[in-house]
Amino acid sequence: MFTSIIFILILSVATVVFYRKVRKITRSIKLGKDITINDNKLLRWKRVLFIAIGQEKMLQRPVAALLHIFVYAGFIIVNIEMCEILIDGVAGTHRLFSFFGGFYGIMVSIFEFFAITVMFGCAIFLVRRNILRIKRFWNKEMTLWPRSDANIILITELLLMSAVLIMNATDSILQTKPDSHYIKVGSFMISSIIQPVFSDLPSSSLVFIERFCWWFHIVGVFAFLNYIPYSKHFHVFLSFPNVYYSKLRPAGEMANMPSITKEVKLMLEENYSDQDENSEVVTFGAKTVGDLTWKHLMDAYSCTECGRCTSVCPANITGKKLSPRKIVMDTRDNLEEIADKLFNRKSSEKDNEKNARSLFDFISAEELWACTTCNACTYECPVNIEPLAIILEMRRYLVLEESAAPGPLNNTFSNIENNGAPWQFSHEDRMEWAKDIYIHQR
Amino acid sequence: MEKQKIDVPVMADLFAKNEKPEYLFWVGSAGAFDDRYKNVVRAFVKILTHLGISYAVLGIEESSTGDVARRAGNEMLFQMQAMMNIELLNGYEVKKIITCDPHAYNTFKNEYPQFNGNYKVIHHTQFLRDQIETGNLKINSAIFAEKTITYHDPCYLGRANGEYAAPRKVLDLIPSEKKEMKRNKSKALCCGAGGGQMFKEAEKGDKEIFIERTEEALETGADIIATACPYCMTMITDGIKYKDKVEEVKNYDIAEIVSLSLEI
Repeated sequence: MFTSIIFILILSVATVVFYRKVRKITRSIKLGKDITINDNKLLRWKRVLFIAIGQEKMLQRPVAALLHIFVYAGFIIVNIEMCEILIDGVAGTHRLFSFFGGFYGIMVSIFEFFAITVMFGCAIFLVRRNILRIKRFWNKEMTLWPRSDANIILITELLLMSAVLIMNATDSILQTKPDSHYIKVGSFMISSIIQPVFSDLPSSSLVFIERFCWWFHIVGVFAFLNYIPYSKHFHVFLSFPNVYYSKLRPAGEMANMPSITKEVKLMLEENYSDQDENSEVVTFGAKTVGDLTWKHLMDAYSCTECGRCTSVCPANITGKKLSPRKIVMDTRDNLEEIADKLFNRKSSEKDNEKNARSLFDFISAEELWACTTCNACTYECPVNIEPLAIILEMRRYLVLEESAAPGPLNNTFSNIENNGAPWQFSHEDRMEWAKDIYIHQR
Repeated sequence: MEKQKIDVPVMADLFAKNEKPEYLFWVGSAGAFDDRYKNVVRAFVKILTHLGISYAVLGIEESSTGDVARRAGNEMLFQMQAMMNIELLNGYEVKKIITCDPHAYNTFKNEYPQFNGNYKVIHHTQFLRDQIETGNLKINSAIFAEKTITYHDPCYLGRANGEYAAPRKVLDLIPSEKKEMKRNKSKALCCGAGGGQMFKEAEKGDKEIFIERTEEALETGADIIATACPYCMTMITDGIKYKDKVEEVKNYDIAEIVSLSLEI
């Protein structure tokens, strides 16, 4: 009875805290410009099925894909067991589902198998990050926090899975003790291997270990759940909607700017009148996170900092400052900072505007101008994040609002404006190439 | 063999005579002004003539598509270019556009429809592929038989629009050895010129992108690096010069390879 109350208390706190953080992230994402994405629902669901659930784009790197599947599939399946743990916790029962009989033992054995795959995946991931030091985990933007974040996640998962196995092993031994009240369900496939470690211990110690592991696991799960929204690990939730809302049009197509169309029409068409009189002054391009769309901001929260984008970026490969992953991470950091101030009731609105940092406090013009718009980053991202879209919106701000393009590009612009070509040639000479072409016909 | 001068048909002239060609051939600024690349559009015009295709160019009426302006952030300039070009194209009732430039291809196909410019847009490698498939284009010559060709995917044809097959299909028709680079198709490395880079100095780094890509192409041991984009041509040609391989390795556009193989 007493343990039930404690359990319900912990469960409630964990749920409420998690809910509040998720709501804050939702509000943060909604700080982005409103756009409507509701076309082609069937195709979008198909992409969720293949790209998000089916991990299609992960397969481009088979080793990482396999290990990720171990952790991903394993974690989902192991969490089925959470149903029993939750009910046991609330009701004060022990292994409530054991009434399934022999089937229960088989199920738990399967869960144990997947616990092992999760542990295997996490262990190799730790080796790849910390011992093999794969380059994309050690780029400049991978400072102490992002590196630690990854390790905290992997170590936590290892600990949680170990707790389940030790709990099962001690439980199985306790079942055989004549004075024990542990329900007889037999040994389980994996934990039976580690049983000998505990077999000489007295019942009291075994009960302590078994209970400790049970509580450690479930409290650990709640803690982990509440850690996720503060971490890159939030992709476990957001990758699904992020893929759903991702761009369907060809990668080469840039987002249109209707606000500019209006300006151009006012210039080019004599009879064009601006019917939309209530139109407010808009910023061209993006200076702040609020100038990006909510989808760009969702991208930022969906990023798991794997660095595939950066590892294929031609600018980054050749030593330029640009890293697509950093663009996405910076967008999230800036957004978090702004949201913290904005949603904090104590600070006044004026304060916020004065102190608010812009995207340009995080991302330099040098990074933005190094991009070749080659789309390698967007192609590579396993959850269809578009770092390129953010880069281009920021370039638009620099050019349209600040006239701050690099000098040579300004010359290019005036050449196009004056003679219709990026070079300084007269359009009268546009047919020079066609002089004196001869064909040899048989 | 008879040598004949080609008079490239110009849209305004045909229109005055009430003639409507089937295709508009979009030459592009590089085709008009880049000395090396002029040879590519000349080669392609020879192929069009050889195949007896009904086409015309805009001539001095042509203007930048605005691709560079847009990707360099100047949306205002892009949209002005787009609207002026569309007015011109729609005035001539253009239905189908062929271009050798993947950037123009991408802009026409994906971005002009938002401004009421709706055309069937065909990259020259797709056009050549179709001509092969319908049996119109036949190549008997084996002038490249002893050569190895490697193909560099332009970003705006490949990743941007998913066209990896057409250029390879055309090259398959040319008797020669083919060899893929380590990074090819969707994994191909950019030549370094897109997004406005062509017209500015690269940012500080360890290496130029075009050198990285040229080195990869040279690693294949190919005698010919085939390209299908004016920017890629400039970058790869520069790369070959930089690596001091001008004598051994040539950079040809696929149109040139076809035109040379046709011996026209």
